[in-house]
Amino acid sequence: MKKKDLLGLRELNKKEIEYILNLGEKFLEILKRPIPKVPTLRGKTVCNLFFEPSTRTRLSFELAAKRLSADVINFSASTSALLKGESTLDTLQNILAMKVDCFIIRHSSSGAPHFLAKHTDASVINAGDGTHEHPTQALLDIFTMKRHLRDLSGKKVLIIGDIMHSRVARSNIFGLLKLGARVFLAGPKPLIPDEFEELGTYLVSDIDGILKEVDVVMGLRVQKERGGANYLPSFEDYRRFYGITVERLKIIKENALIMHPGPVNWGVEMDYEVLKDKRCVIHEQVTNGVAVRMGILFYLLGSGEIKEES
Amino acid sequence: MEKILIRNISVCDPEEGVKENFDVLIEGEKIKGVEKEIKTEDAEVIEGKGLYLLPGLVDVHAHLREPGFEDKETIETGVKAAVKGGYVAIFAMPNTNPCMDRGAVVKYVKEKGKNIGLCEVFPVGAITKGRKGEELADFYEMIREGAIAFSDDGDYVQNSKIMQNALYYTRDFNLPLIQHAEDKFLVNGGCANESPFTISLGLKGRPREAEIIAIERDIILLKKTKGKLHIAHVSAKESVDIIKRAKEEGLSVTCEVTPHHLILTEKAIENFNTNAKVNPPLREEKDKERLIEGLKEGIIDVIATDHAPHRIQDK
Repeated sequence: MKKKDLLGLRELNKKEIEYILNLGEKFLEILKRPIPKVPTLRGKTVCNLFFEPSTRTRLSFELAAKRLSADVINFSASTSALLKGESTLDTLQNILAMKVDCFIIRHSSSGAPHFLAKHTDASVINAGDGTHEHPTQALLDIFTMKRHLRDLSGKKVLIIGDIMHSRVARSNIFGLLKLGARVFLAGPKPLIPDEFEELGTYLVSDIDGILKEVDVVMGLRVQKERGGANYLPSFEDYRRFYGITVERLKIIKENALIMHPGPVNWGVEMDYEVLKDKRCVIHEQVTNGVAVRMGILFYLLGSGEIKEES
Repeated sequence: MEKILIRNISVCDPEEGVKENFDVLIEGEKIKGVEKEIKTEDAEVIEGKGLYLLPGLVDVHAHLREPGFEDKETIETGVKAAVKGGYVAIFAMPNTNPCMDRGAVVKYVKEKGKNIGLCEVFPVGAITKGRKGEELADFYEMIREGAIAFSDDGDYVQNSKIMQNALYYTRDFNLPLIQHAEDKFLVNGGCANESPFTISLGLKGRPREAEIIAIERDIILLKKTKGKLHIAHVSAKESVDIIKRAKEEGLSVTCEVTPHHLILTEKAIENFNTNAKVNPPLREEKDKERLIEGLKEGIIDVIATDHAPHRIQDK
């Protein structure tokens, strides 16, 4: 069952996904204690390698590692020797030489974590690579869905937005399909190539029609930095056709979940008022993220039982 | 004089086809005889059973990286690799620095090849200055220094008017243009075939349409100009059909395929194997099959390597 790396949900099977989610449940319980910390990974060193900006994911991993008593070191591209012209490869080779136990990497190139994993014995966790995968985000999304909906088998999940450039969407698609959910995709046509249908999803154009039926609706960020804006004639019309708006709240099912991986472009893919709706679990996703990432770190680095403070 | 006798080998004769189980006698640097059986006593004997004997090969598509990128390859290392692989002549592509868009650079490459003296080096000049696709390069100066064809290889001549003019010129000097046929706007920084497989890997696609559109346009211009065109490294099955049709119409068009497009598919990039990242990209099984058929049918004229060394850290 044990693996060296977590590179994507494409490589995990149902059992492994459920195992990690169960660990997440245990750690969520620990996080509710007065002292939300266990000595499980004492002596292990975790290195955050962020070549792209991040708030949630980096802090979430740092907190998760600290709650497990691991030492954490941080690298961020914007304050590194990359600015002195050092190549990414040289940077990685130097960090490898520091001999840490686990790398958490975010990079703008698809496949960067796989490259790193081939060159180190340390564990590598993909914290988002280009337009490929963001497995820990999808695991916390699925964790959040399962807490509310229990068994995801047969449940309908709608993901709206820039699917083509979204690593969150890919990881969710791979994970949700393995757990038996039905995944529907909607958004501007140039951003949802037909190829996604062959992965086992349903492409829909009538958003209002499908919104009435789904158990989860997930909005995605319009990714201006990946050229997403070049595909859109206007943000106003994006909101009109694909936005999770106040008006659309009326047609979403009573017990459905409204999600977003963040950061949100308010007023584009989602109205700010949605945040106050009781079906919206965006902040719960963030809370659960720490527990799920503790589960992932324990899954890769831990051994045997979760140690309790003695 | 040194004598070598190769026994029982299948001799590939471009004129007469494959002759199975023949003996070949070589004396010094000359082939003295190709017979069903040759008797000789003082020759070194090489057993050739199960092997093929090919004539010296010609590679119409290689990148020798000199001048400008000698940390990747030099004319000398490129020529040695070619000879080791059985080649007696290679075409040197113009994406050098400075670009091979003028007589002096053509002369440099030609003379360097001659001085090494291991195989023929035929320089291919650029179609446009700096391979930028904006102004025609000085064809005649390059021809005087030994250019054998013209290409902006690596880049498609996107401007249709410039391509049309260049094709008209091929009628004057009777040398072909070699086109890297991929529409730049559809390529748009893509790095792999566009398919469900590469989309699931989150890789930006270089769609087959980029190649198909590029070749279709060139065929339209070729028809108008009655020029001479060679399409480099075809990769999509549709391209084979377009070129077949153009040949049936009697246009002066030829094309090549690379060994990797004949042998591999996009699946070779699984687990982000960057060594399998090539332009145009490796495509699908159906494409590979059509390319092999096209070669057998004679629609594809030649196998060219597109030998293009990169530093390991760049790959």
